[in-house]
Amino acid sequence: MWGSQAGFGSLVKGVPSFVIPSVPDPAAFLRLHTDDHADPSCKIKIQHGTTTLAFRYQGGVIVAVDSRATAGSYVASGTVKKVIEINPYLLGTMAGGAADCQYWETYLGVHCRLHELRNRERISVSAASKYLSNLVYSYKGMGLSMGTMICGWDKTGPALFYVDSDGTRLKGNIFSVGSGSTFAYGVLDQEYRWDLPDEEAQELARRSIYAAGHRDAFSGNTCNLYQVKEDGWQFIGNYDITKLHYDGPGEAPGNGYGYDIRVEGQTSTDLPATAGQA
Amino acid sequence: MDSIAHPTQRQFNPYSDNGGTILAIAGADFTVIAGDTRQSEGYSIQTRYAPKVFPLTDRAVLAVNGFAADGNMFVKKVKQRLEWYRHAHSKDMPLRAIARLIQTMLYARRFFPFYVYNILGGIEEDGTGAVYSFDPVGSYEREACRAAGAAQSLVQPFLDNQIYFNNQQPAPGTSHPVHLPLPTILSIVIDSFTGATERHIEVGDGLEMYVVLAKGRGVQGLEDVRGVQELSVTEEGERIFVIRRDLKKD
Repeated sequence: MWGSQAGFGSLVKGVPSFVIPSVPDPAAFLRLHTDDHADPSCKIKIQHGTTTLAFRYQGGVIVAVDSRATAGSYVASGTVKKVIEINPYLLGTMAGGAADCQYWETYLGVHCRLHELRNRERISVSAASKYLSNLVYSYKGMGLSMGTMICGWDKTGPALFYVDSDGTRLKGNIFSVGSGSTFAYGVLDQEYRWDLPDEEAQELARRSIYAAGHRDAFSGNTCNLYQVKEDGWQFIGNYDITKLHYDGPGEAPGNGYGYDIRVEGQTSTDLPATAGQA
Repeated sequence: MDSIAHPTQRQFNPYSDNGGTILAIAGADFTVIAGDTRQSEGYSIQTRYAPKVFPLTDRAVLAVNGFAADGNMFVKKVKQRLEWYRHAHSKDMPLRAIARLIQTMLYARRFFPFYVYNILGGIEEDGTGAVYSFDPVGSYEREACRAAGAAQSLVQPFLDNQIYFNNQQPAPGTSHPVHLPLPTILSIVIDSFTGATERHIEVGDGLEMYVVLAKGRGVQGLEDVRGVQELSVTEEGERIFVIRRDLKKD
């Protein structure tokens, strides 16, 4: 607790310690006061609702997320950074408890650095993700909530792992996590190819997050896009989902993803002005 | 007479909601951190003056909202950690480090949370105004403005419109300013709280606004403010001021 041991400094020597309420069932206590699905009137609302996706392809890994955080039906924030930059070549995504993801992925970053110093070699994405999954598994049943994708590039090339707080750890090419994941998968599965060029891969990720933002009430606001290449990750951009709907990702207006423009004047409820007057 | 023992359910409920609202806005080289001073439980007002905004260092101010007992204890522990840091390093902890410290302190109570929403405001090492907002278990983010507490849902949309210029179209040939001047932000803060006092029963009584000025920045924008009081002892580094206003007491 002295001096520089502020923040994560005190964690380097071992695992952190947590204050536990002195009740027979601490997990039930936590559930009682924080679970807003079962009880909307509970006081401590942990932020929920997300769409995150990542996929592996010829050029590396693409990571895209929305930026909305909801507490009940209130939009608590529209500017959340759901991509956690663990280190210059590892990214983690945030779904479920915002604090759980932020804290444990920062903690993972500390231990990835220690691995580097001890072994004179960067940790593999596989090992990093397993470190995280073993860690959250040790807290199983205590109320942690995280669904994360660990993305990076190591000796094996582009790598992608899904890790969640149940202890699941999966290697894969395509993952989407969160309340809007079904909508994102719909677009992603339709257009995904291994040999996507970089530009098309980025566009697919953007388009998928847009679809989720459009159809899932708990997702939206903006899309953050990242790409992982051999020399580490790179931030591609932040895209307003409303702007994607009307104008698309570019500067030129009128190239939106929304179907409004495509059906203008063609549906029976939206006839051209001249036809309507006739 | 009923002699049958009925099953009773017991639960440990150590939390209460004491109402009130806090708010912070960052400018280019200053930050304003504000909170009302009413403390209530249910429909009764416990006190009309219970501060929710606390200066931590010469360049950091913390606002806490939620359960007052947890909030006061949390501020006490943060101040203690900052004092230990001062003894070890002979300097104040930088703002971004205080933010990370608060994350780990909140997360240490992940399984027995402090029922507090924190907003940290102040001046970053590069001299810019900064606001960090936290959830009760420590997730945090740097933002330009944030409201929390009872009237969060009344105040935040107003701030989104007035600070971020959401849903506003700039006049042809012009653009929205990136940073607003201090007097403008002070008026927005006062308007936010008078508005919240009108429409939320848990907000009112008094308003405390802390202003943190970056090193070397003059006091322009504060000269004409009624009742402004300086808390810092020197004019060398960052400077902290407090402005108090009355809010309606009904």
